[in-house]
Amino acid sequence: MTSLSQFAEVLDYDEALAKFDPVLGLEVHVELNTNTKMFCGCPTEFGAEPNTQVCPVCLGLPGALPVLNQIGLESAIRIGLALNCSIAQWCRFARKNYFYPDMPKNFQTSQYDEPIAFEGYLDVELEDGETFRVQIERAHMEEDTGKSLHIGGATGRIQGAEYSLVDYNRAGIPLIEIVTKPITGAGERAPEVAKAYVSALRELLRALGVSDVKMEQGSMRCDVNASLRPRAEDQDSVPLGTRTETKNVNSLRSVERAVKYEISRHAAVLTGGGKILQETRHWHEDTGITTSGREKSDAEDYRYFPEPDLVPIAPDAAWVEELRGTLPEPPARRRRRLQGEWNFSDKEMRDLYNSGAVELVEATVAAGASPLAARKWWTGELSRLANLEEKQLSEMPVTPAQIAQLQALVESGKLTDTLARQALEGVLAGEGDPEQVVEKRGLVLVSDDGALGEAVDRAIAANPGVADKIRAGKVQAAGALIGSVMKEMRGKADAARVRELVLERLPVDAPDA
Amino acid sequence: MPAISRDEVAHLAGLARIEMSPDELDRMAGQLDVILGAVAQVREVAGDDVPATSHPMPLVNVTRPDVPRPGLSAEQALAGAPAQQEQRFRVPRILEED
Repeated sequence: MTSLSQFAEVLDYDEALAKFDPVLGLEVHVELNTNTKMFCGCPTEFGAEPNTQVCPVCLGLPGALPVLNQIGLESAIRIGLALNCSIAQWCRFARKNYFYPDMPKNFQTSQYDEPIAFEGYLDVELEDGETFRVQIERAHMEEDTGKSLHIGGATGRIQGAEYSLVDYNRAGIPLIEIVTKPITGAGERAPEVAKAYVSALRELLRALGVSDVKMEQGSMRCDVNASLRPRAEDQDSVPLGTRTETKNVNSLRSVERAVKYEISRHAAVLTGGGKILQETRHWHEDTGITTSGREKSDAEDYRYFPEPDLVPIAPDAAWVEELRGTLPEPPARRRRRLQGEWNFSDKEMRDLYNSGAVELVEATVAAGASPLAARKWWTGELSRLANLEEKQLSEMPVTPAQIAQLQALVESGKLTDTLARQALEGVLAGEGDPEQVVEKRGLVLVSDDGALGEAVDRAIAANPGVADKIRAGKVQAAGALIGSVMKEMRGKADAARVRELVLERLPVDAPDA
Repeated sequence: MPAISRDEVAHLAGLARIEMSPDELDRMAGQLDVILGAVAQVREVAGDDVPATSHPMPLVNVTRPDVPRPGLSAEQALAGAPAQQEQRFRVPRILEED
């Protein structure tokens, strides 16, 4: 495709950063986990049959009257407070007019120049533990759109489609859009800052309990704005360059990659004497590149005006303070507290945070495992498996309670580490809890010395040469016999015990005088 | 100077996905100009002491509890659809936008 190769040119990232200063802006949309939609009583359950969670309001039928969801408003204010924002004393909804069948009303109910929350910040922790403050421009309330299936042409793509099928179950689900101010001063760490911001925001929203924040299911979605300006001594005095907006970057890893790609691409265009077009770009998860969408000119003309069907919102100051009282312990502080309770080093805690395992370890500890064991499972074997499958830890089909049970089996001596890993494999394959997997797969450790002793005797008899070496003092040769016994026992033996049994039977001969 | 130009009407028609002939644009620009002129008279009546409003009732904070209410069945929802398929609204090919 020529349109792809045309944009595939990128400048080496380090070279790009030597010449340019990147400026980012992030827009995150979060679906709230309310029971009903933002302006009507339709349920919001994920995965329902098409067009079964709709009513005259969210279908935009004539005469229908929207009414704001009280919990939607509360969640919006709590999010604003948690982001250190001011809460509007008076604000309104606005109609964002556009013609696209994903909104049957031909407008999206949103907020324009009067957002419910504005002027805040979020401190985010980078991988080395440094803190970077991201300024928040605003957080406003709006509603999600319907889902379109494009039929004909390439599967699922708009390009070449003959027609589209629309399901309005999602239309009207409460959304909060959180917009940063231009993020400057991140320099070469811009991609990392972007990722850390989205990660910190997700952690905060989860702690607030306002959304299930599943990026992979679309309940949290990120648009990445990026621009470059020439490097200069007095960097702040250099005006911002033209930005592009990369839509729907929907994983933490992709946020980092998309920022890096756009920086490298902008740099190539600019150093080649070209101009950056202010446009929307599409992110391609598979190839890790962006391609041109539409130019933002006409389409930006949304002709916003105050929504006449909804009355203004004027939250009572005392109520806002009451909501402030419901805010959870800030995640960063909570992590420091847990670190103290668990007695982990800074690095151990940071690794845990970066791998998204803090909550998982916390839940595993709550289910009875020691912090050390819980950390070992989640950052060890489970991280390894998650990496292999290119999944987030939280997506692995195992619960903290199951990990705690698995660990209890190890500590009671019923499973060795090797057997425990096999049991985990069974749990991940959907065979049930660890205890059930142990039973089904017969993973019980052979701790009967009689049976082990016989296996050891057989191994010695089958390897007379090795036995002689051990008797001659080459104790390290015992490994071959232990291996042979473990193989016969199919791993269901404690290797340390087998070693003891081997050495008992083959005492080292006194060296010849 | 007219309150709305022919070019502005053409721009709005484009945003609204309405195809208009040159004749129609001329006629519509004239009609809209008259309407906007009439609305402008209202603006003259309202003094600086009358704040702009988006709602006729002096109400704020009208909300409803977050409790599900029965809506329409898929059959009812689709009853007025010009075309449907697989329990979804079938719509013409969409120009690539978002």
